[in-house]
Amino acid sequence: MCLPFRNRENLRRIRIRGSARRLALASSLLLVLSACEREKRQFETWPPSAAASTAVREVELQPGPPTRSVDVRGPYANNAFGVSEGKRLYNQMNCSGCHFQGGGGIGPALMDAEWIYGSAPENIFETIVEGRPNGMPAFGGKLGTDQVWQLVAYVRSMSGLLPKDIAPGRNDDMQVRSQEQATEKALPQQSTLPPSGERP
Amino acid sequence: MARVSLVVLLVVGAVACSDERPSVPSSNAPSARTTTLAAGGSPESEVPDRRGALGAAAHAASMLPDSGDAQWTIPAKNYASTRYSGLTQITTENVSGLQLAFTFSTGVNRGHEAGPLVVGSTMYVVTPFPNILYALDLTQPGAPLKWKYEPHPSSAAQGVACCDVVNRGAAYWEGKIYYNTLDAHTVAVDAATGKEVWKTKVGEINQGESITMAPLVVKGKVLVGNSGGEFGVRGWLTALDAATGKLAWRAHTTGPDKDVLIGLRFKPFYEQDRGPDLGVSSWPSDMWKYGGGGVWGWISYDPELDLIYYGTANPSPWNPDVRPGDNKWTAGIFARDPDTGEAVWAYQWSPHDLYDYDGVNELLLLDLPIGGQTRKVLVRPERDGYIYVLDRQSGEVLSADPYNYITTTRGIDLKTGRPIENHEKAPRTGKVVRGICPAAPGAKDWQPSSWSPKTGLLYIPHQNLCQDEEGTEANYIAGTPYVAAIVKMYAGPGGHRGELTAWDPVGRKEVWTIKEKFPVWSGTVVTAGDVVFYGTMDNWFKAVDARNGKELWRFRTGSGIIGQPITYLGPDGKQYVAIMAGVGGWPGAIVAAGLDARDSSAALGFVNAMKDLPGVTTKGGMLYVFALP
Repeated sequence: MCLPFRNRENLRRIRIRGSARRLALASSLLLVLSACEREKRQFETWPPSAAASTAVREVELQPGPPTRSVDVRGPYANNAFGVSEGKRLYNQMNCSGCHFQGGGGIGPALMDAEWIYGSAPENIFETIVEGRPNGMPAFGGKLGTDQVWQLVAYVRSMSGLLPKDIAPGRNDDMQVRSQEQATEKALPQQSTLPPSGERP
Repeated sequence: MARVSLVVLLVVGAVACSDERPSVPSSNAPSARTTTLAAGGSPESEVPDRRGALGAAAHAASMLPDSGDAQWTIPAKNYASTRYSGLTQITTENVSGLQLAFTFSTGVNRGHEAGPLVVGSTMYVVTPFPNILYALDLTQPGAPLKWKYEPHPSSAAQGVACCDVVNRGAAYWEGKIYYNTLDAHTVAVDAATGKEVWKTKVGEINQGESITMAPLVVKGKVLVGNSGGEFGVRGWLTALDAATGKLAWRAHTTGPDKDVLIGLRFKPFYEQDRGPDLGVSSWPSDMWKYGGGGVWGWISYDPELDLIYYGTANPSPWNPDVRPGDNKWTAGIFARDPDTGEAVWAYQWSPHDLYDYDGVNELLLLDLPIGGQTRKVLVRPERDGYIYVLDRQSGEVLSADPYNYITTTRGIDLKTGRPIENHEKAPRTGKVVRGICPAAPGAKDWQPSSWSPKTGLLYIPHQNLCQDEEGTEANYIAGTPYVAAIVKMYAGPGGHRGELTAWDPVGRKEVWTIKEKFPVWSGTVVTAGDVVFYGTMDNWFKAVDARNGKELWRFRTGSGIIGQPITYLGPDGKQYVAIMAGVGGWPGAIVAAGLDARDSSAALGFVNAMKDLPGVTTKGGMLYVFALP
């Protein structure tokens, strides 16, 4: 027997949309029907270390007529499970050893508005896979593509860039920061220079 | 909008029932006159000593002879590491008239922990990453730049530097300047021309190794150790031939005796330190291979006993649950033969270290009247909050007295040399333990003390911090951090975070102490004029009376100070005092690296104790040199 609304996030989402109650009712019926299906999992994943896209841009300046950066959102931008997996990986792969719980230390802070190499999912993907010159290791070939996308989603949640119902809402360890869910969205800013990259 | 919501709902509904988790890989110059050296006890220089009769008189009471007070050729001033200068022009009476003589911007914005060197009429300054060496001409007005040398260390090395990309200085020896680069290379640079003589790769950043320490040159060997206790390195001290840069010997901190260079001459004082291959058997399975015990701090040398002394850093990871055993020889002190590297004695002051008390602090070699006779001792204000006085011939602990607030231990058992642990404060996996004092940086970190033979006091710059800690899962992945702890630091009792303490090691008591708002992360220097110099993280360079701690003078620098003050005689015969400003280091990373204080665990938990620092200081490396008008 499958219980309807076993997922708290679904419930919350429905409550939030008070103004569209009728829609919520209709959709909840749909949900009851759909929720009984076991989640469709995508077991087919990208080959390891695939590039995020062939047209990832880090800067707005480009020669000739501007073309848009390909918008690669990744499969977990709106997936709480993927984000929570990203959080687990963030600690297990020792990301937390350099960036801590978002405040930074060896690596830059991830909970603030500053993004040295871009805040878009495809930029973060490239940062993780290729590494960056001022100390970010290249994880390409050491993590599956799927796992990188999970990390991307979690990293974005740290500065409040994901919807509140997708971002992790609780922490089992010592409380050292506000929960990702409760973190105010930090509107991404392009950093002028990596702080550690300065030289005379 | 409504349609979007519906779609989202359906998507959420479809994925929400999942309770299955995909599997994830979970770890996956001139002459080398050794005779002069043996007697002199400090690197010799080709430059004539300008001090005249002054030095000899001032040093009559000093423990080990000194090469001269005109210059400052190694960071600790002399092999005994006293940082005492016999210069007397600047005194308690006239220090208030001290004025700025010249400045020099390094152009680097990270933490400046090094002190300048003065050899002859040239001053040498080494910067944090990218580790530029500048030579300044002291004979010209304003000390203009003579040359600069750039070693171009790998940028990637910044990713394996635990606590800002600092460098603690260079050492002069026979016409060359020796220092280490963050990417684990040692370089020798011609002191006259700035040309590279040799460059040797001694470590591997892909194993988490970096180098931040200042080398020491002893009997033609450049002694260099690695950093990386937060990256699971295997610690070592290496001797390189000063002329060629070729490896002479390497002594590991962990592993079998043949790697630790423990042989027939090894006679540790305490029972627990005797036995074969303790560097293997005191670890679970192969964990000694990535067990930490770096050598990133200070080395002292006693020419009479012909022994070098240095401390080994914390075991990796911080979380002690995963490494049962004494974890030898981390958090200990070694006495070794400088020619062969052979260990003569070792003493592990924090077996199975629980708190990242890495023991790389300075070791002052003094001859003190203890128990009615003059003893050759090694004095060390330790991370754990005790001042240890050891017999430096045998490794016996003569006394260990607290100089800071301590909750982690209840004293040191002098029969065994072991601390008496307070088990309530031991960190555990998944458990938050509060009120751990001192915190991980200890009661005192790398910042070196000075010793005045005139006052008989030790001038100890230190901090007053406590922390909460929770142990977490440890995953060793080479080249990434291996700490396994969440830490949150805060001010200790009293609310002040730093102190400068004058300590009497014979009377075993504090004589005076100055409380500072922030950790006193700078070194100290004391002169025969009875003046102690030190700097604060909130931009003050201060002179205090060595006898009573009374403040005599202060100067406002552009950035916070975490460097090492020195004093020397200029070519004009005047006494100068020099300091590098440039906030950073572990406590200053919040400013130097722009960290976010909303995460209390940032920078290994130090950020929580330094939340107000960005409001009082900004980054920027600058040399300040002072003289009387």
